[in-house]
Amino acid sequence: MCPILMGQGPDKIEKVTEKRITIDPITRLEGHGKIEIFLDDNGNVANAYWQVPELRGFEKFCIGRSVDELNKLTSRLCGVCPGAHHICSTKALDGVFGVEPPETAKKLRELFYMAHYIHSHIAHFYALAAADFVLGPGAPKAERNILGVVAAVGVEIGGEVIKHRSYAQKIQEMLGGKATHPVCGIPGGFSKSISEDERAKIEAMAKSCVEFSKFTNQLFADVVLKNKDYLALITDPGIYYNETYYLGTVDKNDKINFYDGTQKMISPTGEEVARYTGKDYLKYIAEHTLPWSYEKFCYFKPIGWKGLVDGKDSGIYRATPLARLNVSKGFTTPLAQAEYEKYFGTFRDLGVKGPIHHTMATHWARVIEMLYASEKLLELSQDPEITGKHVRNPVKEPGEGVGILEAPRGTLVHHYVADKNGITKDVNLVVGTTNNNAPMNLSVRKAATALIKNWQVSDGLLNAVEMAYRAYDPCNSCATHTLPGQMPIDAVIRRADGSVYRTLSRSC
Amino acid sequence: MAEEAQAQSAPVEAEGWEPKLLVFCCNWCSYAGADLAGVSRLQMPTNFRVIRTMCSARVDPEFVLRAFAKGADGVLVLGCHPADCHYIGGNYRTRRRIALLRVLLEQYGFNPDRLKLEWVSASEGMKFQQTIKEFDRTIRELGPNPINEE
Amino acid sequence: MAKIRIAQYWAAGCGGCDVALLDIDEKILGVAEIADIAFWPIAVDAKVKDVEAMPDGYITATLINGAIRNSENEHMAKLLRQKSALIVSFGSCACFGGVPGLANMTSKKEILEYVYWHTPTSDNVEKVLPTPHYKVPEGEIEIPVLYDTVYTLDQVIDVDYYMPGCPPTTNLINEFLGMVEKHVKEGAPLPPKGSVIASQKTLCDECARKRTTKKVEKIYMPYEIDIDPEKCMLEQGIICLGPSTRAGCGAKCLEGNQPCRGCMGPTAEVLDQGGSMLSALASIFAIGNQESQLSEDDILELMTQVKDPLGTFYAFTMPASIIKKKVKEKKATTAPKEA
Repeated sequence: MCPILMGQGPDKIEKVTEKRITIDPITRLEGHGKIEIFLDDNGNVANAYWQVPELRGFEKFCIGRSVDELNKLTSRLCGVCPGAHHICSTKALDGVFGVEPPETAKKLRELFYMAHYIHSHIAHFYALAAADFVLGPGAPKAERNILGVVAAVGVEIGGEVIKHRSYAQKIQEMLGGKATHPVCGIPGGFSKSISEDERAKIEAMAKSCVEFSKFTNQLFADVVLKNKDYLALITDPGIYYNETYYLGTVDKNDKINFYDGTQKMISPTGEEVARYTGKDYLKYIAEHTLPWSYEKFCYFKPIGWKGLVDGKDSGIYRATPLARLNVSKGFTTPLAQAEYEKYFGTFRDLGVKGPIHHTMATHWARVIEMLYASEKLLELSQDPEITGKHVRNPVKEPGEGVGILEAPRGTLVHHYVADKNGITKDVNLVVGTTNNNAPMNLSVRKAATALIKNWQVSDGLLNAVEMAYRAYDPCNSCATHTLPGQMPIDAVIRRADGSVYRTLSRSC
Repeated sequence: MAEEAQAQSAPVEAEGWEPKLLVFCCNWCSYAGADLAGVSRLQMPTNFRVIRTMCSARVDPEFVLRAFAKGADGVLVLGCHPADCHYIGGNYRTRRRIALLRVLLEQYGFNPDRLKLEWVSASEGMKFQQTIKEFDRTIRELGPNPINEE
Repeated sequence: MAKIRIAQYWAAGCGGCDVALLDIDEKILGVAEIADIAFWPIAVDAKVKDVEAMPDGYITATLINGAIRNSENEHMAKLLRQKSALIVSFGSCACFGGVPGLANMTSKKEILEYVYWHTPTSDNVEKVLPTPHYKVPEGEIEIPVLYDTVYTLDQVIDVDYYMPGCPPTTNLINEFLGMVEKHVKEGAPLPPKGSVIASQKTLCDECARKRTTKKVEKIYMPYEIDIDPEKCMLEQGIICLGPSTRAGCGAKCLEGNQPCRGCMGPTAEVLDQGGSMLSALASIFAIGNQESQLSEDDILELMTQVKDPLGTFYAFTMPASIIKKKVKEKKATTAPKEA
C-alpha cells in the first residue's frame, strides 16, 4: 500500500464485498469514460478495463462535405484541443490542394499553435491534474478540483493561472477569430495578417507566459519533486510504470517540434525503429478494435497487436509528452532544454537507463513542454516575418493530403481524399489519445492491481487508480470521433492473452 | 434490418395508394390558369391541393420542406413565364431557389423529381392540365414519400 | 446565505462548452462564492451515483451540452432533469444537434462498417465491432447503445433556457450568470421559460463589415481570393450564413476574416436555418439583363456553385431541421448524391 494514501485527511478505507467496482464517470479529463475493476476470490484485482462509451462519426459524416470546410468541422472533434485539429487539418488541406503556404503564414500558424499549447497544458496541469498533487490523491472528493487548488495555493497564484490561460486564449482569438474552434487556417495559408500593434500585444503576453511557465516548473519541483512521497510515486516501477514503444515528432536535429517535422518511433530500450512522414504513416500505425470500447487501439504495425501487454514484443506505444521527451534529443529553446536535461539527470541519478517509462513523469514532461511553447511563442512573436502581408498562396486542383503534427495529447493524423470538385471522398483520422488507448488500459490495470488488495477500497485509492490515466491527459471526444452501430455482426471472444477463443456470428 | 425488409416489399401502388400532391400557384398567372382549366372542364387527376400565393417567389423552402416532412408525395410550384412576372423579377428568384432546393432534397435522400417548377400563364388552361397529369404520373412512378414509410 | 448548486454535463459534445465556462476566467471564483458544483466531470470528482443519491430538484441549475446520441446521453439527461430545478440547453449541440448532427445524413450500418472495417488504418480481419454487452472472463461489461438518430436536448427532455453558440461566448455566459446571481442575491425574476439567451436579431446586425450592393455576382471559395476584411462576405462572393443566424456571438469568425457558418442557430421566426439561408442566398443573386434567356441548365450551373448545400447550410442544425434525417427512396435515383 502506497504510504501517501494513508493518513491523507479523512479518506476512509473500507472492505468491499462485491467483486466488481465501477468508476463512472472517470473525471478530470476531457471526454467520457468508465473503469470496471474485477476482484478475484482473495479481494485482489483480477482485471481492470478502461472503457470509452462515446463516439460521433466524423470520419463518415465528413464524406460529401466540401473539403475546405473540414478544418472547421474537424475542429469540433474537441473543444479542449480544437487548435490542434484545426491546424493539422489545414496542413492536410495544403496537401489536398498541392500548395505550400508562404513563410509568414506558416509562422502565424505556429504562433497560433504555441498559444494553443499553453492553454491546453495549463488547463490540464492546473485544472485537471494539480489537485492530485497539491491536495493529495486521498483529499476529500469535494475539494479535489481547481477550486480546491486555488484555495490551497492562494488567490494570487490562482489568479496567475487564470490570467495566463486567458492570455493564451486571447492570442488565439486575435489570430484565429475564436480560441475554441478557430477559423484562421486556409489551404495555402492563413486567413489574415497581423498588425505591428497586435504583434506587440502578443509579444508582451508571451513574455509573461515564459515567466509563468518558469514558475510552473519551479512549483512542480517544490510541490512534487521535493516531496519524497510523491517522488516515490513517480519513480516506483510497481505502480505507474509500463515499458512501451514511444512516438513523437522531431525536426532534422531530433529536437521536438509540435507543428511540423518527422515522426520517430523508438523501442522500450531506446532504439529507433521507425522514421516517417506523411502518407507513410500507414506502414507503421494500425488500429485494433475490441468489443468493449468504442475507442480503437493503436499499435505499431511492424510488431503487431499482441493484446493488452507491454514490453518489446508488443506493438503498444505511447504518444504523450513523456514519449516526446523520450524520442527526442531535447528542445530548441534554452530554458526548456535546461529543464529537459534536469529531467533526464534526475532519472539517471536514480539509476534509470534508456527511455523513461514512469507514467507520472508525464506531468513533469508536460510542464517542460509548456515552457518550450512559451519560449517558442515569444521567439515567433519577435520574428521579423511575422507581420508580413503575404499570407496566402494559390491552390491547385484538389486530391489527396495528409497532415501530421503533435497534438498536446499525442501524434495526430488527418488524411483526406477529395474529388476534383473539392468534395470529400475519404477521411481517416488517427487521433492523439487513440494512440494511448492501449497503454492507458495497461496503466489503469497495473495501478489497480498494485493499490487494491484484500478487498480494501477507499475513495482516495480509486482516485489513485484514476491518476493512472490522468497523466496521459486523455481527450476521449477526440479519440472516439468514430461511430459504430447498434447491432454487432460478429463477436470475437478472446482469452486474456488476446488470442481468439471463439467467434460468434449473429445476423441482423 | 428494417431497411432490408423495405427493399423487398411489393410496389405500394397495388394497395390503392394515391399520391398526395401539393401545388403552389401564383395569383396572377398560374392560379388564373388553373381556374381556366376548371372552367373549361378539362379532365385531370383530383389528388392535388392548391395553395395560392401572390407570387411564386413567396414559396419559402420551409413550405416545401414542411410539406415533405408531413408526408406530401410531390410538390409542384407554378409561376409566370420568365419576363412576365407581375412583380417583374419574382420568378427569377423562384427558379434559383427551386434549383438549389432540388439539390438539397437529393442530398436528403429524396428523389429531386418530387419537387417541380413549371411556368403556367393565365391563358394556359391546357398547360395546367398537362402539367398536373404529368406530375401525377411521375410521382406514381416514384412511389410514396419515403418519410411515410418510417 | 445558502449556496445554490449547479452542475454541467456533456452528452455527445466536444468539451468546448466546458472550456467556455473556464473562459470566464476569474469570474469562476465569483461563481464558487454563490454556488457549489454538484457534478461536472471535466473538473470535479462527483460520480453518477452521487447524482442518483440526490433528492429531486436538488440541483438549482444544470447546464447540459452536447447532442443526445446514445443511451447514456439520454439516461443522464433524464436523470439530471429529475434532479434539477432548471435545465439550460448549453451550446449548439444541445440546442440544435451541432456538428455531430451531420451524422443524421448517414446510417449506423454505413458508419459502423466504414470506421471499424474500412478506414486504411483499421486492422480488423475478424470484423469485430463494439457491442453494448460483452462477456469478459471476469463478468459482463457494458457500453451505451448507439442511436441511429442524433437528437437535440429538447427532443428528449423539457428545457428551461437555451444558450446557443459553438461554444457560447463569454459575454453571453456572463449575462446568464449575472441573471442567476441577481436572482439568488436579490430575488430578481429569471427570464420566461423557453428564452434563448442571445440576441433576437441576425448576425448581420452585429457584423462590422460594410454592406453596399447586397448582391452576389459569383461565388468564390474562401481560399480562392484575398478576402477584404472590411467588406461584407456575401458581396465578395463568399457564402456567409450571417443573414440566417442569430447574433450575440460578436461575429468573431468575421473578425478572423472568415465567413459565418451559423453556429448560433436561427432566429425565433425561422423554423429551418438551412432552408432560410438557401432562400436568402437565392434572393440576393444578381439578376442580369439577359435573365429571361437563361435556360434551366444555366440556372442549375449558377446555383451549384454552392457545392454542398446540405453541409454548408445545416452544419450545426441538422437534427433541429424540418426533415431532420436522411430518408431512403425505395427506387434508386439515376445519379445518387453522397450526403
